[in-house]
Amino acid sequence: MKIWLSFVAFILALQPGFTQTTISGRVTDNKKHALIGVSISLKDGYDGATTDSSGRFSFTTTEKGRQIIVASFIGYRPAEQTIEIGASIINVDLQMKEEVSELKAVVITAGTFEASDKKKTTVLSPMDIVTTASGNGDITGALKTLPGAQQVGDHEGLFVRGGTATESKIFIDGTLVNNFFYSSVPNIAQRGRFSPFLFSGTVFSTGGYSALYGQALSSALILESIDLPERTQATVGISVIGVNGGYQKLSKNKKSSWGISYGYTNPALAIKLYKSVQEYSSYPVYHTGDANFRIKTSKTGILKYYGYFSANQLAFRTPSIDTLGYKEAFALKNFNMYHNLSYRENIGWKLKLNAGLSYSNNKNDINSRLNDRDDKEVVLQGLEFKNFGLIQKGDYLNAKMVLERRLQGLTMIRFGGEYNYSNDRSDFTNYNGQAFNSRIRENLATAFAETDIYITNDVAAKLGTRFEHSALLNKVNFAPRVSLAYKLSRQSQASLAYGIFYQDPETQYLPGVNPLGFAKATHYILQFQRVSDLVTLRLEAFYKKYENLIKTDFTYYGQQMSAANNNGYGDARGFEIFWRDKKTVRNLDYWISYSFLDTKRDFLNFPHAIQPSFAARHTASLVLKKFVTKWKTGLNASYNFATGRPYYYIGYDDNTHAYKFDDIGKTPDYNNVSFSINYIPGIGKQNSKMFTVYVLSVSNIFGINQVYNYQYSYNGSRKEAVIPPVKTFVYLGAFISFGIDRTQDAINNNL
Amino acid sequence: MKQVFAILLAFITSMSVVGQSDKYVKTMESKMAAVDSTMTSAALIDLANSFQRIGDAEKNQWLPYYYAALMQAKSGYMLSNNGQTPSPSVIDPIADKSEELIKKAEELAGQNSEIYIVKKMIATLRLMADPMNRWQTNGPEATEALAKAKELNPENPRTLLLEGQDKFYTPEQYGGSKTEAKALFEAAIKKYESFKPESSISPQWGLSTTKYFYSLCK
Repeated sequence: MKIWLSFVAFILALQPGFTQTTISGRVTDNKKHALIGVSISLKDGYDGATTDSSGRFSFTTTEKGRQIIVASFIGYRPAEQTIEIGASIINVDLQMKEEVSELKAVVITAGTFEASDKKKTTVLSPMDIVTTASGNGDITGALKTLPGAQQVGDHEGLFVRGGTATESKIFIDGTLVNNFFYSSVPNIAQRGRFSPFLFSGTVFSTGGYSALYGQALSSALILESIDLPERTQATVGISVIGVNGGYQKLSKNKKSSWGISYGYTNPALAIKLYKSVQEYSSYPVYHTGDANFRIKTSKTGILKYYGYFSANQLAFRTPSIDTLGYKEAFALKNFNMYHNLSYRENIGWKLKLNAGLSYSNNKNDINSRLNDRDDKEVVLQGLEFKNFGLIQKGDYLNAKMVLERRLQGLTMIRFGGEYNYSNDRSDFTNYNGQAFNSRIRENLATAFAETDIYITNDVAAKLGTRFEHSALLNKVNFAPRVSLAYKLSRQSQASLAYGIFYQDPETQYLPGVNPLGFAKATHYILQFQRVSDLVTLRLEAFYKKYENLIKTDFTYYGQQMSAANNNGYGDARGFEIFWRDKKTVRNLDYWISYSFLDTKRDFLNFPHAIQPSFAARHTASLVLKKFVTKWKTGLNASYNFATGRPYYYIGYDDNTHAYKFDDIGKTPDYNNVSFSINYIPGIGKQNSKMFTVYVLSVSNIFGINQVYNYQYSYNGSRKEAVIPPVKTFVYLGAFISFGIDRTQDAINNNL
Repeated sequence: MKQVFAILLAFITSMSVVGQSDKYVKTMESKMAAVDSTMTSAALIDLANSFQRIGDAEKNQWLPYYYAALMQAKSGYMLSNNGQTPSPSVIDPIADKSEELIKKAEELAGQNSEIYIVKKMIATLRLMADPMNRWQTNGPEATEALAKAKELNPENPRTLLLEGQDKFYTPEQYGGSKTEAKALFEAAIKKYESFKPESSISPQWGLSTTKYFYSLCK
């Protein structure tokens, strides 16, 4: 029996809980800084501890022998060490390495303002866009408060760092959009066609952008459409300029959705009220409709369609600058449709596919006539060119495919191709019925590849290249792009970017007299930024060199000037400051941007290199947004400033057969103070089925005289200021959404 | 003799097995009181870590992960100062960690009311870090999770506690109400009285918190 007892004692001794060992130590990162709150454990055991404010830990264990001690901490790779537990106190020091993660890694940002909700560099969200007082709910309107963009008010588009509006291209879900803005009307900037709420992310690159995008010398605006809507809802909007309504249905399993909307805009009332510069014979009327569907094809895949239709027309008269007492009548009818189909999926072999296909069709029917005092059509000798008709038709097809593969950590490669087809037809009829037709067809095929290389969390490089073949020009180009980013501290980083950018000559000046090539720009960008959750500081300096810009000759094709050669050139240099702060004053969000631009170019009919009339030397914006919780009201104000821009009258010397300056001037400085209020009575109310936002906005609230430019009579003898159609514009609207959300019912039934 | 030996060996072996699960229950039980009483962020992280260690060692128990997630979420709440929650860069990693843990618990236990309670707390925590930009996403997410918690167990008193806290903290012009909150806390206390946890280590926390909030409503 004794033997048995000793046997039992032996077995019991094997049971845990008899002797304890203390294990202690310290956990640091690779820079020897203490890590606080790290979980320390013995693998597969209960025993362990959490590090204190000096990174130290200590615990006792009854485990014996060989054990693995594990340290785990958010944002760090787990660290393991094998230890041998004997009787004495054990000291273990552990070092942990930071995990390479998107949140902490350096981001390549030179030249880019990202506003995607996924990235840390968020600058503008859709809400930011609609609450920018001077933006008038327009995407590009809000972007004009960011550095790099000019305050050009007489023409739509983004004029970036000394570039023209046509040097900025806009992409939706990767594919090029050809007629992003409503058709041009003389001296009145047009709005973008698309609502800011269609997009979850906005990337505004003012230069040095990725090889995935091309055909833009200055800037790329990259818009990413939303995936599935959050809920089924119907919306109604009423404002002083129109009405709109829509319905968005999210399926029960939240895997698909569809929606339609229609808008009718007629600013007749507003125009009558504010006495616009133009005398309308037919008030602007816009019918717009859109339809969409979005289908989650798998956990990672989504198929999206967005279709847009618009028909609009307007006609107005303005006093003729060429002949006193006469009027110039302008009429425009536009039809536009746009279809975009995109697909995103992880297709295996660690490959992510992004494919997009878009088709758009645009038709402008423009009529220009000279009218007498009684609005009767007249043809005056010497001014016959004032009477013409122009029908522009365009078909555009854009296809793009990008494959992305993650290699290691955040290092990845992207490659793919793009195909752009455009067919522009223009039928010009002059006063005596003589017709000039032109047809410009382009087939542009592109291949691109790019890699993001993360050497460490702190150093990254983006190397890319793009090949384009233009059937129209019968030429190829090769455009390398390089960016480097280095993280200086937890919140700050410095980046460098270099790239070559090519663009087709504008169809407006085609066909050319001689064979033409691509216009070319080379960008050099140096950037510093410090970004925390609530405060952003961004400093950027750039140099941009233009080559092979289009020069026009005094050969009129119909009425249009046509391209003579590619001998134009220019450059732009400057620096920009952006500061956004949501921290200092509670509930106040403000940003300041300043741009200095020194640019000269010789293109089109310029006699030599000059500062173009669309480039101001100093541009600044101050945007303020304050949400007053107690009033459920957002108060927004903005101030935009730009120094005067030069203007020129360029005449033609018949003797020397050369262009010359007949007059040079400078516009006064541009100042604009705008204000808007959003009142949201339903905010935070849990059970309301109806959600209303009231908007009141006043642009140029102090009625400051603004001069965008000067226009001349055809012989240069007279000039007049180009001013906004309305000095101060007051907008009032209400937007109501009816959420059809069953979760509220579920709660009510359970109470 | 051989029989005696066999019985004895079987007994000792079973002792050891019982000892193991006994150790689990005992260790868990020893931490139950701390679930309600721990109030500082650092201590909550410590507690969350120790629950996670138990979860990792046990591998098929959902409760340690559940408590670890709960303590992580609570540590996030405790970082609020004067009604001001830290920014997303501080809160989101904590919310992510808590979410990762509650997912592990859900994988082991399937859907249940208590898991949705934690999911609700995580959504509200994220919302508080950036209410202006998140009330349209994390707001409904929190509401849905709470509704689901109720649906899965209408008798769970913690659903009423959380609902009461929402009413308590929301400003009146946004639909908050101290009187409604008081009624909810009162109802919660009643439910706590009749609530029977499935075991000594099953979720049972919240009564002291409810009483505390109820006292603030007077």
